[in-house]
Amino acid sequence: MSDTVKDTVKSTGGRPAGSGAAPGPEGPSERPGATAVLRNTTLQQPRLPRWAPAALVAGSLGAGILIGVLGDLDSRIQWGLIAAVIYLTATFAVTTVVEGRRQAVDRFAASLVWTSFVVAILPLASLLWETIARGIPGVSWYFLTHSMNGVLSWQEGGGIYHALLGTVQQVLLASVIAIPIGLLTAVYLVEYGRGRLAKAITFFVDVMTGIPSIVAGLFVLSMWIMMLGFGYSGFAGALALSILMMPIVVRSTEEMLKLVPGELREASLALGVPKWRTILKVVLPTAIGGITTGVMLALARIAGETAPIILLVFGSNMINANPFEGAQSSLPLFVYEQWAFGTEAAYDRAWAAALVLIAFIMILNLVARGIARWKAPKTGR
Amino acid sequence: MAKRIDVTGLTAFYGTHRAIEGISMHVQPKSVTAFIGPSGCGKSTFLRTLNRMHEVTPGGRVEGQVMLDNEDLYGPGVDPVQVRRNIGMVFQRPNPFPTMSIYDNVVAGLKLNGKFSRAELDEVVEKNLRGANLWNEVKDRLHKPGSGLSGGQQQRLCIARATAVEPDVLLMDEPCSALDPISTLAIEDLISQLKSRFTIVIVTHNMQQAARVSERTAFFNLAAVGQPGKLIEIDTTDKIFSNPSVQATEDYISGRFG
Repeated sequence: MSDTVKDTVKSTGGRPAGSGAAPGPEGPSERPGATAVLRNTTLQQPRLPRWAPAALVAGSLGAGILIGVLGDLDSRIQWGLIAAVIYLTATFAVTTVVEGRRQAVDRFAASLVWTSFVVAILPLASLLWETIARGIPGVSWYFLTHSMNGVLSWQEGGGIYHALLGTVQQVLLASVIAIPIGLLTAVYLVEYGRGRLAKAITFFVDVMTGIPSIVAGLFVLSMWIMMLGFGYSGFAGALALSILMMPIVVRSTEEMLKLVPGELREASLALGVPKWRTILKVVLPTAIGGITTGVMLALARIAGETAPIILLVFGSNMINANPFEGAQSSLPLFVYEQWAFGTEAAYDRAWAAALVLIAFIMILNLVARGIARWKAPKTGR
Repeated sequence: MAKRIDVTGLTAFYGTHRAIEGISMHVQPKSVTAFIGPSGCGKSTFLRTLNRMHEVTPGGRVEGQVMLDNEDLYGPGVDPVQVRRNIGMVFQRPNPFPTMSIYDNVVAGLKLNGKFSRAELDEVVEKNLRGANLWNEVKDRLHKPGSGLSGGQQQRLCIARATAVEPDVLLMDEPCSALDPISTLAIEDLISQLKSRFTIVIVTHNMQQAARVSERTAFFNLAAVGQPGKLIEIDTTDKIFSNPSVQATEDYISGRFG
């Protein structure tokens, strides 16, 4: 109690305006136990003007740059960090003086969230910017529709058709394997799984989530290629990709199915609908939006995998439309190869291919969001 | 086809915990039977044993006999899915299927169980929505989502959904507890109309409601927390509310405990 009183005294004492006009709250605050002290006579408090946050941002950016220039710091990152620290400190200090402690903490927390957001978004934005700026010049219809067959590393020209085709086929094959197994596993875990078996499956799914892609690649290499004697192929790569994809699909689908209210299942069962039909017609449609998003995220994740592709698909400069036989290429592998050549022309091709890969994943994500929005349970009138 | 229910020596478990013990009663066809009693006394559990929904809960288990006319619901070879097709249920909170339109919600029980022509379904929808006093309010937006309706309308939609499969018995688990007085009145009116077609069992916390809608009332109680709930007495509603034969019933109804 007395702590609260002290706090209040401090904060009212810090306010220049208002408290002077009404001497009431100051007087009784000296006596502990006087509850009237917690109430202000007016509801209005001094507020920072609306432009204050913007001014603080501008001011601290300026200060950061100034310190950077004067202190001869070469890294722009240092400039930015200094500006951020100044901004946070200044926000807290100014608000404490003008508005009081509670508001200062509030504004400080809000500024911290915004600063963290900016820090998080910067690398992402610069990565996108870099890829687009360097990749755009290389992307053309010719680039998308031709392979690297017969193009030497230092020569201009060539294209990614073989790699794009490989990526699409491998990702599709991996999805065909992983999505049904993943969905059914999740349905088992949520709707049927009880006891030890379910716990064991959950445990192994968690372990699988942590498998490094190179390990999945080595596993398929030893099983499929070395033990069973099959050659390099897109399908071998797809096997490894499906191992990586499965746990993500299981996990996200499981979470989505758990979100479906038990009441809906009961309502369906009480209508005399068998359990399997209830799952198929009521539970899955209710969760389909979230499940689609999860599956698409898993797709995006495996579309960028390189390690298992190097081991299992081997890489090729020629178009190979048969994923079950012979070496193929894929976009991440293509980027890696071109980068390794180290010539100007190869660099350009690497950037352009990276841009195409990002665009491919972005389109998948947009499609997923579209489907999720279209399929989500409607609430409107 | 309203049917009678005869329960003999029914005990229900959650795992090893006995939720209700030794319940025997008769439920008359084409009448409303109300279950009253303090929270946790096993009314809802008992209601759910009447259409084998109790065993849907993990660890749910039942001993005893429930006869629907002359068939034992817990007899060997009885398919719980078939039982639930004959004994419908309305839940405490309205739960229309969010992915389905009003139309599809009403015929969900039919469509998920078999094939019907469009004309048949149209007829079922109109008949049951009229039966649930909802037709006039929704006839212009049958293909809009059911979740866009108000709470009271949603509950009537759920009743229409339950009656659309033409069950023998309709179980209602506190169907009005999430609704305002006007919607409650609408549902109560509906219950008194529905009893000409179905046998109705309703769980309620509202004693005025039990007195208004039911012919017979059963009072449940439990000796102490953790003890199984038991049926204290069942009699005509008039008798239970004016001159019950057990002191505990009178104490509960007059508000001296509970």
